[in-house]
Amino acid sequence: MTSRRQVLTRSAAILGAASTSLMLPARAQNAKVRIGMMFPYTGTFAQLGLACDNGFRLALEEKGNKLGGREIEYFKVDDESEPAKGVENANKLVQRDKVDVVIGTIHSGVQMGIHKVARETGVLSIIPNAGLHAATRALCAPNVFRTSFTNSQPTLALGKVMMDKGHKKAVWITWKYAAGDEAGEGFKEGYLAAGGTIVKELGLPFPNVEFQALLTEIASIKPDAVACFFSGGGASKFIRDYAAAGLASKIPLYGSGFLTEGLLDDELAPSAQGIMTTLHYSASLTGKRNDGFRLAFAKRFKMQPDVYAVQGYDAGQLLLQGAAAVNGDLTNKKALYTAMENAVIDSPRGKWTMSKAHNPVQDIYLRVVKGKENVVLGVAAKALSDSGVGCKLV
Amino acid sequence: MDLANFLIQLLNSVQYGLLLFLLAAGLTLIFGIMGVVNLAHGSFYMLGAYLAYALTGAWGNLFLAVIAGAVLSLLLGWLLEKILFKHFYHRDHLDQVLLTFGLIYIFEELRSMLWGDDVHNVAVPESLNWSITLTDTLSYPAYRLFMLGICLLLALGLWVLISRTKIGMKIRAGAFNSDMAQALGVNIVRLHALVFALGVALASLAGMLTAPLSSVYPYMGSQVLIMCFVVVVIGGIGSVRGALTAALLVGLVDTFGKVLLPQFASMLVYVLMALVLLYKPEGLFKQ
Repeated sequence: MTSRRQVLTRSAAILGAASTSLMLPARAQNAKVRIGMMFPYTGTFAQLGLACDNGFRLALEEKGNKLGGREIEYFKVDDESEPAKGVENANKLVQRDKVDVVIGTIHSGVQMGIHKVARETGVLSIIPNAGLHAATRALCAPNVFRTSFTNSQPTLALGKVMMDKGHKKAVWITWKYAAGDEAGEGFKEGYLAAGGTIVKELGLPFPNVEFQALLTEIASIKPDAVACFFSGGGASKFIRDYAAAGLASKIPLYGSGFLTEGLLDDELAPSAQGIMTTLHYSASLTGKRNDGFRLAFAKRFKMQPDVYAVQGYDAGQLLLQGAAAVNGDLTNKKALYTAMENAVIDSPRGKWTMSKAHNPVQDIYLRVVKGKENVVLGVAAKALSDSGVGCKLV
Repeated sequence: MDLANFLIQLLNSVQYGLLLFLLAAGLTLIFGIMGVVNLAHGSFYMLGAYLAYALTGAWGNLFLAVIAGAVLSLLLGWLLEKILFKHFYHRDHLDQVLLTFGLIYIFEELRSMLWGDDVHNVAVPESLNWSITLTDTLSYPAYRLFMLGICLLLALGLWVLISRTKIGMKIRAGAFNSDMAQALGVNIVRLHALVFALGVALASLAGMLTAPLSSVYPYMGSQVLIMCFVVVVIGGIGSVRGALTAALLVGLVDTFGKVLLPQFASMLVYVLMALVLLYKPEGLFKQ
C-alpha cells in the first residue's frame, strides 16, 4: 500500500513540477488540493502522530479521497516534536510545497511555530491535538481551527464530579510546564466553582518522575481526593508509585483522561483500577458511530484507534464539510471558514460543534478504569466550551 | 509536618541521596584519578536501565539481570578505556568533552536502534512487590527499602575498597600524584582501566536498580548527569567521601524543598551549590 502511495505521490510530484510552470499564475480549479501533514513521525510522540495521521486519511478515504469534488495530494513533514524547528518545518509545507491546508501537530511548542506561520501567511491550519490555550484564545485566528481540546478543557469537568462524590478537599499535582499549568487552571476553575477547596498544589519539573517525596506529603495532608495531570511514561510511573505508596485504596485519584489513555497494559492495569478521569473520548463509548469507526480503523491500519486517531479523523471530517460547502474552491476563504465554523461533526466521540474561537464544544465523559479499559460512567459535562478568553473572534 | 512524616521524608532523602552517590562516585573517581571530564556518564546510567529492561524481559528475573548487567558493564567500561579513553588522559579538557559528548549521541542512537524510542516499564520482582504500612495512609514499597539496602552495601564496599585494601591505597596514591605513584612501581595503566570500569559499572548499577521505580525512557541519562555534576562539584572533585556527603545533602535539599517550598524546588539544589562554592570554592572535601 505504502509503495503504491509513494509511486503515486512521486509521479504526481513529477507531473506537478512539469505542469506548474505552464499553469502559473492561476492554479486551475481542477488541480489537486494540496494537504500538508506535519506530525512527529519519529521520537517519543511518534505513535500519537501516526494515529492522528491515520485518522485523517481514513476520513478522506471514506469519501473517495476527494475534497469538494477535487482530487487530493499529500505532503509530509516530520516535525520531530522539536519546537526550535517548528517555523522552519511549517514553512517547508507552506512556502516550498505550496499546500492549501496544514494538518498538525501533537506538541504544543511545535504548534506555536505552525501557528505563527498560519497567522502570517493566512494558510488554513487544522490542529488535531496540541492543546495550548493561545491558539484559540489570545492568538486565535480566522484561519485556525482545532478538533481536539484546550489543555484546561478535560480538567474543567473534573471539579463537579469530585464534589458530587463528596470530595471537598483536594490536592492538585502536575508537572510544572505549560500543559500542566493550563490543566491546573481548568481544574481550579471547575473545582472552586463547584465549592471545593484545593488544600495544596504540588508540582515537579517536567519530565521528572521522582514522586516519592510528594506522595509522602499527600499522605500526611490526607485530602479527600487527589487530582492530577500527567501523560505518557510519566503518567504510568505516577499511577504505579501512587499504588505502591498505599494511597490508591485510601485517597481516590482523579485526573485528566490522558493519565490513563493508551497506557493500560498488563503491567499497569492492576495499579490503575478505580482511577476516575475526564476526557472527550473513550474507546469503550457505545453506539454505532464509535463501533463503526473502530472497526474501519482497525481493518485499515491493523492497530486500535485511540483519542488521537479520533481527533485526526475529525480534522478530516471538518475539512470535508468545509470543502463541500465551497465545492472544493478553498480560495473562497470567507465561505469556507463560515462553513467550518458552523460545521456539526458527527464524531466517534459524539456530535460536536465549533466555538466562536474555533475550539470544539463537546461532551466530556467521566471514565473509570476497570480491567484494561476506561469504562464510561456518563457525561461529566455536557457541551463544554473553552472560554476563549482574549480571542477577538468571540 | 509531624515527626512521623518528617522521618519518612528523611528516609526518602537518604534513599535518593544514596542513589545519586552511586552515580557520582564513578564520575568523581574518573575525574579525580584520570582527569577526564566524562559527559557520557549519564549514558551509562541509561544503558544500565535498558539492560535491566532487556534482560528481565528475556529471563524474567531482575536479580539475574542485575548481576549479568553489572558484569557486562564492567566489560564495557574496560573496553572503552582500552580503546578510547586512555588516549585522552593527557589531552586538553576540551578534547575530552568533545569525545564524551559525541559518545552521548552514539549511545542514544544505539539505544534507539536496539530498543526503540518508547517508554518501557520494568516489573518489580514478585518477592519484593509488597509494602510496609507506616502510617494510616502511607505504606513504603519494599523494593525501595531493598534498594536503600543495596546502595548502603555498595557505599560501604566502596569505602572498604578505597580505604582498607591495597588496591584502594594505590587508587588514592594515583589520585594524589599519578607520576609519583608510577615511579614507585604502581601499575597506573591497569589501575586506570580498573577505576574506569568500576565507575561505569556503578553508574549502570544505579540505572538497573532504579529501572523498576522510574520507567525506562530515552534521554534519561542527561537528566541525572546534571545532578551528578552538582554532587561532584559540591563534594570536591575526586573525593569519594565528598561525593557521599554531597549526595546526601542534595537528597535532603531536593526532597524537603519539593515539599516545603514547591515554587522554588527546582532551584534549591543549585542555590546550595552556589552557596558551597561561595565559601568553599574547591568543594566540601578538597583532595
